[in-house]
Amino acid sequence: MIKVENLQKNFGKLEVLKGITTEIKEGEVIAVIGPSGSGKSTFLRCLNLMETPTGGSVWIKGQEITAPKTNVLAMRQNVGMVFQHFNLFPHKTVLENVTYAPVKVKKMNKDEAKKEAMDILAKVGMAEKANEYPGQLSGGQKQRVAIARALAMKPEIMLFDEPTSALDPEMVKEVLEVMKSLAISGMTMAIVTHEMGFAKEVADRVLFLDGGVIVEDSAPELFFTSPKSQRAKEFLQKVL
Amino acid sequence: MNLDFTGIIPSMPYILEGVKITLQIAALAAVFGFILGTLLALCKISKLKVLIWLADFYTSIFRGTPLVLQLMIIYFASPQLFGFQIEGYWAAVLSFSLNSGAYISEVIRGGILAVDKGQREAAMALGVPYTSMMANIILPQAYKNILPALMNEFITLTKESAIVTTIGVMDIMRRAYQVGGETFQYLEPLLFAGLIYYVLVMILTFIGKMVEKRLQHS
Repeated sequence: MIKVENLQKNFGKLEVLKGITTEIKEGEVIAVIGPSGSGKSTFLRCLNLMETPTGGSVWIKGQEITAPKTNVLAMRQNVGMVFQHFNLFPHKTVLENVTYAPVKVKKMNKDEAKKEAMDILAKVGMAEKANEYPGQLSGGQKQRVAIARALAMKPEIMLFDEPTSALDPEMVKEVLEVMKSLAISGMTMAIVTHEMGFAKEVADRVLFLDGGVIVEDSAPELFFTSPKSQRAKEFLQKVL
Repeated sequence: MNLDFTGIIPSMPYILEGVKITLQIAALAAVFGFILGTLLALCKISKLKVLIWLADFYTSIFRGTPLVLQLMIIYFASPQLFGFQIEGYWAAVLSFSLNSGAYISEVIRGGILAVDKGQREAAMALGVPYTSMMANIILPQAYKNILPALMNEFITLTKESAIVTTIGVMDIMRRAYQVGGETFQYLEPLLFAGLIYYVLVMILTFIGKMVEKRLQHS
């Protein structure tokens, strides 16, 4: 589904990604973990070109999106993204947040879009808040709406950039539940997260990034019980 | 001091007639200035150096010279430039629009930059094209944030429009001055004009606050 080859990203003189090569298969759930500054968010943001890579290439479904003439907007319709700070549109209701892109970008019929949006909102448990504004919602509710908004475009891939990091502890679970059911439904997912328990339970693979490279790439049960590298051991000691 | 308003009472309706002209000029200039200001602001935040340079240059010209000079140049230069004499009223609307466009563009640019960059990212991640993102996501939020500043600009326009009297447009100011000439009493009609401007500004300020309050709730 996604193929990444020797991906590099510099911000000025700072090398954030120093050559990342990996592959994500269809239906696979990848947890990207690592210390702050390791480049994990940048890596994720390169997958839908929110950041333009400095070097290397990314393929999605056999198409090289890092090629110069890629239709970036079309590619992004197929790759949903969920942000740490939700980024809901504050001047639009919950329902309008979810229907906006399908109507505007996919030219979907308004009534049809509403119907589908209500279905998706029901799935994330937010149907009864459809006519409220984001300002009236809790953090967990906002993030569930943000997930619904991304899903409304019917993407084949979902990227999560620290989706629970800005939430109060008691709201983390409701968001993780939604993500878990999404994983079970077969969605291809890449999740940058600090929720080790969640990574262990839901991810098929863990990518451990440090210093802009993949230090470990293994099954979660292996990674969390017997990490190979010294850096992963130190990291796990700090967070677990 | 012997103020005597009785002499100008018959002329008060005549002076009040000017309110229409004054408000029309200010309102038209606000609308055109707002549209122009938005376009200029979009140029200023674009990636094309030429557009940025042009918009900045435009702004510096209209902010760097007196408004009364711009007004007079447009009015008196029109026969040479366009081959016909522009009406004072339209010269006023034009110069005020061009001028307030320059000021408003800075306000709008600030408003756009103040919108959380996550909004842009969210729209980008959904595959929303640039124009839709600006029109539906960024600008509505920017406008809401800068509404008080825009209202201020409109109030300033209403007051400053008094300089159109220099090219003979029959606004409040001009009429008050004329009444002064006819009755040989200048102070009273001018004070009356001052009162009208003051009341106008107070009303506009009040409306601005109401709108602001309503927007804060949404």
